[in-house]
Amino acid sequence: MRKMLFVLPLLVFTAVMFAQSGGLASVDGGGCFIQSLTAEDAPNDAGGGIDLTWTVAAGTALPDSMILERFDHDGIWSPISTLAPASGRKTDVGLDNDQEYSYRIVPFYNGAGEEPCEAVTAVPQKQWIHTGRIGMLVTLTLISLVIFYYIEHGKRGGKIYIRRIAGLTAVEDAVGRATEMGRPVMYIPGIMDMDDIQTIASMVILGRVAMKTAEYGSPLLVPTCRSVVMSVAQEIVKESYLQVGRPDAYQRESINYITDDQFGYAAGVDGIMVRQRPAAIFMLGTFYAESLILAETGRSVGAIQIAGTAMPSQIPFFIAACDYTLIGEELFAASAYLSREPKLLGSLRGQDIAKLFFMIVIVLGVLTATVGEAWEPATKVADFLKTITRVE
Amino acid sequence: MSWEVIGIWLGALLSLCLYSFLYKDNPFYKFAEHLFVGMSAGYWVIYTIMNVLIPNWWQKLVPMEGGFQPIWLVPGVLSLFMLFRLIPKLAGLSRLSLALIVGTGAGISITAMLQTRALAQVNGTIIALGQGGGWFNWVSNIIMVTGVVCGLVYFFFSKPHKGVVGGAANIGITILMVAFGASFGYTVMARISLLIGQTQFLLFEWLPTMGIHL
Repeated sequence: MRKMLFVLPLLVFTAVMFAQSGGLASVDGGGCFIQSLTAEDAPNDAGGGIDLTWTVAAGTALPDSMILERFDHDGIWSPISTLAPASGRKTDVGLDNDQEYSYRIVPFYNGAGEEPCEAVTAVPQKQWIHTGRIGMLVTLTLISLVIFYYIEHGKRGGKIYIRRIAGLTAVEDAVGRATEMGRPVMYIPGIMDMDDIQTIASMVILGRVAMKTAEYGSPLLVPTCRSVVMSVAQEIVKESYLQVGRPDAYQRESINYITDDQFGYAAGVDGIMVRQRPAAIFMLGTFYAESLILAETGRSVGAIQIAGTAMPSQIPFFIAACDYTLIGEELFAASAYLSREPKLLGSLRGQDIAKLFFMIVIVLGVLTATVGEAWEPATKVADFLKTITRVE
Repeated sequence: MSWEVIGIWLGALLSLCLYSFLYKDNPFYKFAEHLFVGMSAGYWVIYTIMNVLIPNWWQKLVPMEGGFQPIWLVPGVLSLFMLFRLIPKLAGLSRLSLALIVGTGAGISITAMLQTRALAQVNGTIIALGQGGGWFNWVSNIIMVTGVVCGLVYFFFSKPHKGVVGGAANIGITILMVAFGASFGYTVMARISLLIGQTQFLLFEWLPTMGIHL
């Protein structure tokens, strides 16, 4: 529970920062055809932007065109945009923070500039908190608290049930089969780099698969599409071989880099498959159009294939061509499932609670939105739920 | 013979070499594969130097307008640590760089994943069941909401899939499989169009260079 306390200052900080707001300058058009021109600091940015909004007065003679001008701290009125004579808005970007800028609109009749409309001023500022993401911050904080709670629960020895995931129970069988056949195990960690969450999840599973190959004494091939993934994979596999007491069996050169090119990588891996003929192939990570090419080739060499990805467009190909497929979040649950570490199981339980929360929000939102069509007050609940889940 | 014709011939022969894999692994496929892998690896090295290393690091360390920005030595040193993997005694230093990459990647992904894969989906699912009007939209909306909720139930890992939970999970995975089937068919169609495109290249661009017009 002590870990939870760190989020309290964050919430207080958020509440304080939530009160921040940029200045708003506005003028009536006076005798000009512009009814009003407003300039205000662009919200939720790192500064350097001013939002401008203008409305054209009804019933006035409109110019042929108009030019929006900026008077900056260099002391010059400079045109920033030529506009059609209509109401509109524009964000002026690339400005210096905490400097005052003035704006005015100059009408043009028959190609000649007339007296400009009254100017407005604004100061661009940076915001530390993106107010449009407060809902996400609160949601993330709540989810984190629940996950922390269940991690603590798991660490204290609390029992956490985890259902059977067929693809993962088959890992040992697949490695065992490769050992019996005297053929290698191939692990393909997807085609994305280490900043991709699926690749990170894949690396954790690789550690577990490597432990099995080390125990059984099967060669492990890991062709990678990114040099950093290769380095991480080498470290993880080496660590796994050390953990099971087989550092001598670790072969660094079997974890290699092919190319960053998507189809170059697919061609290279296909070549390795048909020549080395692995008996078990794991394809876990982020895959795109190369997924079916790899899975089909793996099938053609008679390998048992376990695939997993959170890419919705590629899952169908894996389901069609592989023996087992981890669908979406099953990939992220795999590390907890394989290791049975209380910390990871607790995290998984916490995520389930988060899913339950989202389900409740959906059901409540749909019910209130539906009822709201006949009974107005219910709409407010639906609008509130839409607001807290809005992404900006 | 113009460069264009040479390009067409090169493209056609390499396409045929790659298609020969459909029969079995053979020297032609091996040649095309090694050429492809080698050239793409070389291309990416140059691409990374010219489009990542120079603009994102070197030009910030030593800006064109002059001066020296020592803060940019930090990523330079971390990159150097990666190269230390080649020296066994110093290889451990690369773990610092790797830890930074993995930690940063995971941290940034948290908000991105929550935004796009959780909140945006929840927000998009909160609709009035009668939205759009007519019985067809009612049915569509009910299927969508039921599919999302039951799909979420399927991904419950800490609850046995028995009873009500099991029933909901079965509905969820059924709807997922229907969606995957539709996606499979759609993508296969797209792949077939790629095959048609490459066949058209061979028939209508390559064959005419030999005087064969279809």
